[in-house]
Amino acid sequence: MKRIAGSFLVALALGAVIWAQGTLSINGAGATFPYPMYSKWFDEYHKKNANLQINYQSIGSGGGIKQVTEGTVDFGATDGPMNDEQLKTFQDKHGFGILHFPTVMGAVVPTYNIAGVEATLNFTPDALAGIFLGKITKWNDPGIAGTNKGVKLPAEDIVVVHRADGSGTTYCWTDYLSKVSDEWKTKVGKGTSVNWPVGLGGKGNEGVTGTVKNTPNSIGYVELIYAESNKIPYGNVKNAAGTFVKASLAAVSAAAAGTAKEMPDDFRVSITNAPGKASYPISTFTWLLIPEKFSDAAKRDAIKGFLKWALGEGQNYAEALSYAKLPKEVVAKETKAINKVQ
Amino acid sequence: MSAHLRWRKFVSHFMLTMTGVCAFVAVSVLFFILGYLVFHGGTSINWNFFTKLPAPVGESGGGMANAIVGSAKLLLFAALIGVPIGFFGAIYLAEFSGGTVAFIVRYAADLLNGVPSIVIGIFAYSLVVLPFKHFSTLAGGFALGLMMIPITLRSTEEFLRAVPRALREGAMALGASKSRTIATVIVPAAYRGILTAILLAFARVAGETAPLLFTAFGNRFWSTGWGQPTASLPVMIFTYAISPYDDWHRQAWAAGLVLLGLILVVNIVARGILARGIAVPRS
Amino acid sequence: MATTTTTVPSAGPVAGSRSFLSRLREGDEIARLITFLFAASVVLLTLLLVFELWQGSALPRHKFGFNFFRTSVWDPIFDQFGALPFIYGTLVTAVVSLILAVPLGIGAAIFLAELAPARVSDTLEFFIDLLAAVPSVIYGLLGVFIVVPLMRAYVQPALKDSLGFLPLFKGPAYGVGFLTAGIVLAIMVIPYIISVSREVLLSVPRDQREAALSLGSTRWESTWNVVVPFARGGIMGSIFLALARALGETMAVTMVIGNTPAISASLFSPGYSIAAVIANEFTEATGDLYLQSLIELGLVLFLLTFILNGVARLLIMATSQRGSGMGNV
Repeated sequence: MKRIAGSFLVALALGAVIWAQGTLSINGAGATFPYPMYSKWFDEYHKKNANLQINYQSIGSGGGIKQVTEGTVDFGATDGPMNDEQLKTFQDKHGFGILHFPTVMGAVVPTYNIAGVEATLNFTPDALAGIFLGKITKWNDPGIAGTNKGVKLPAEDIVVVHRADGSGTTYCWTDYLSKVSDEWKTKVGKGTSVNWPVGLGGKGNEGVTGTVKNTPNSIGYVELIYAESNKIPYGNVKNAAGTFVKASLAAVSAAAAGTAKEMPDDFRVSITNAPGKASYPISTFTWLLIPEKFSDAAKRDAIKGFLKWALGEGQNYAEALSYAKLPKEVVAKETKAINKVQ
Repeated sequence: MSAHLRWRKFVSHFMLTMTGVCAFVAVSVLFFILGYLVFHGGTSINWNFFTKLPAPVGESGGGMANAIVGSAKLLLFAALIGVPIGFFGAIYLAEFSGGTVAFIVRYAADLLNGVPSIVIGIFAYSLVVLPFKHFSTLAGGFALGLMMIPITLRSTEEFLRAVPRALREGAMALGASKSRTIATVIVPAAYRGILTAILLAFARVAGETAPLLFTAFGNRFWSTGWGQPTASLPVMIFTYAISPYDDWHRQAWAAGLVLLGLILVVNIVARGILARGIAVPRS
Repeated sequence: MATTTTTVPSAGPVAGSRSFLSRLREGDEIARLITFLFAASVVLLTLLLVFELWQGSALPRHKFGFNFFRTSVWDPIFDQFGALPFIYGTLVTAVVSLILAVPLGIGAAIFLAELAPARVSDTLEFFIDLLAAVPSVIYGLLGVFIVVPLMRAYVQPALKDSLGFLPLFKGPAYGVGFLTAGIVLAIMVIPYIISVSREVLLSVPRDQREAALSLGSTRWESTWNVVVPFARGGIMGSIFLALARALGETMAVTMVIGNTPAISASLFSPGYSIAAVIANEFTEATGDLYLQSLIELGLVLFLLTFILNGVARLLIMATSQRGSGMGNV
């Protein structure tokens, strides 16, 4: 009995060791915003490169920034770019810097679940700020009803749903609200984790979507694909030019059009509340966080190879999943920047 | 019979019936849980579940093969830590130690037992993940192993102590050294209880989720070797349950059924071994 | 069977009487050393854990001091961390769970110890022990898909209609919140109350019951007025054990509590517990103060459960000794 157990253990250990050779495992973590995109990408890339496994865990942008800084994962992902302080922390800790690489663009939509309301609601910036500040508490408030004549809104309490974890989606949402509402800017501010005045917390885009789907009279903010694939309605938002725009790939690309030609070298840019009649005001790039230096040459080459693929063939998968492709100018600039990774 | 006595008798019957109701409610919760899991999970268990890797987000047809293997690896490593420390430590407590040292060790074990599992996760993160700069099966196994230690230690000690003095003295009278006595007489005599203790410790940590959140982390693919993050059944259940995808919900139920089924089977087997008696083998 | 005492001529079992070399040769010293090392490692690991918790929370301890426990703002952007909402949530959910679990648990324990025939009692206890083995995440699963919708659709509106004038039951019915978490926790801790209370009740000596019955009390009166008070300490101990378990629960709570650091008199309000916030925010706490504040929360939780477990064990031991002591009268 003991001998059987012993040899079983030995076989298992050997098996684990032998299995370990030959497969390169790269670990990444971060944003839930692009998770549907990335999980598809890493799956497809693995099919093309059977010896390479890129394991991505969607724990939120905050988690991505933190773990890549700690060095427990090989790369991170975020939709809220690292601020100067976080960049400095990384630099101090590792002795080299970290690079942002935009991968796709997406939209954060206000998604809701109101009993009896199937229509697409129109939200003004003031309405959204008011709801999330806790000042607009009922669905039939004039701030909402005013722009939705013809829709019968119930006199029910609004259940606000936000993120419980550190989130780039939150960053984009609060970045937008800070731009359109001074009260939001001073009271709450923008960031991946804020002190929410009201609401329930959901974990990840997944958690918020699930909570909205299951809670009547609720409103939350999620990436476009989450609302679409779960078939929950999302509203139009009034952009800087005064038009109510529904989130779509064209609208997101319109929002990015202005910045494409003036993209900063570190690729950190905000495209919320962008000018232009067709722009969707709550759009954002999402970035991969790649350290500048890799001690493991195999990992470095694998990541660089993946980045090239993602900027080329990978872009073709984006639209089917409701993410917008990167503008050509950005792709060109990024391809040159890949060489910075050593 | 006076009215007062009739009242007292009525109260007695009523309250005692209520206690029966309480017991019934408590036990029926178990059957409800099992029934619901079997109902929901049973329909979702299929071949895919056991053999396929997770599919990309939003696509159906994935499975939890890597989580099942991952949980097995985690438990194996946990046993490598928890069982030797618990077993040999218990031998020390039962056979070698003096009062004070034994008290300290037992106190430490009880303390460790009471630590909330999320705090064990914090400890394993700072001790294993940070220095190695890797989420890994090692870290997750270490956290689970820590939780196994107190259970194996205390139970093994009790069963060792329960072995009758006559056995020890008989062996010593025949000239056996202490270590020989322990190895060839005492431990075999207590083996049923020790096995039970180990099985129960397994069952306890098999379902733990919190300590794995920032140690084993998670993996969409097969976890290679011991130094990579790994998927595990409990964490998958958690992740899938709070997601909005119906396919993932179904998989969460299936995984819940598999996990609970395994834990209950181990529990029943362990108690069955024990029930057959901590027998001193009659030769 | 006669017990025989044997006189052992040589190689007596008293340690130290044989020479060190002979003990070494026979492997006893080595065995002692090896097993001692394993036992010592338990102590070392535990000490290391406490040390890590203490060291790892140095920053907020110095910066906030005791204000950490008085402030209710948890703001990672402005580096303001107050533990009050989490302590509040942890305590409220635990109290709610006890209010529900204690009557039910003690009632069931009384039934198992006093009324049920031995075989029925053992069988039911077997099932109760299995209930204790169900992992937390499974309770969370059931909580999310069964309890939360039930709460939202039926229980909370019913409570609001009937008892809505109380501040306890005000506010919208989210389904998640303090009350739901308390209910799920109650189901989780009942097995502990039942099994420990049953044991202490069983250890109450027969003469206590018989004396009461011989004085003319009914079954219930002898149980409630004599046996239970006698076992009072142990029953309290079981409650403390259950409380300690409820405080440390992570997964089931984080799936049904709403994950909002709010302090509210209403049980319908979403809230947060210490274990839940650590689980949600630990991997993403950027900045040392943020991370160490979470570790300090872990330290607080550890201390709470440590004290409760210690008190519980004392109470249970005292009651059992009392029972066995008086049984010899």
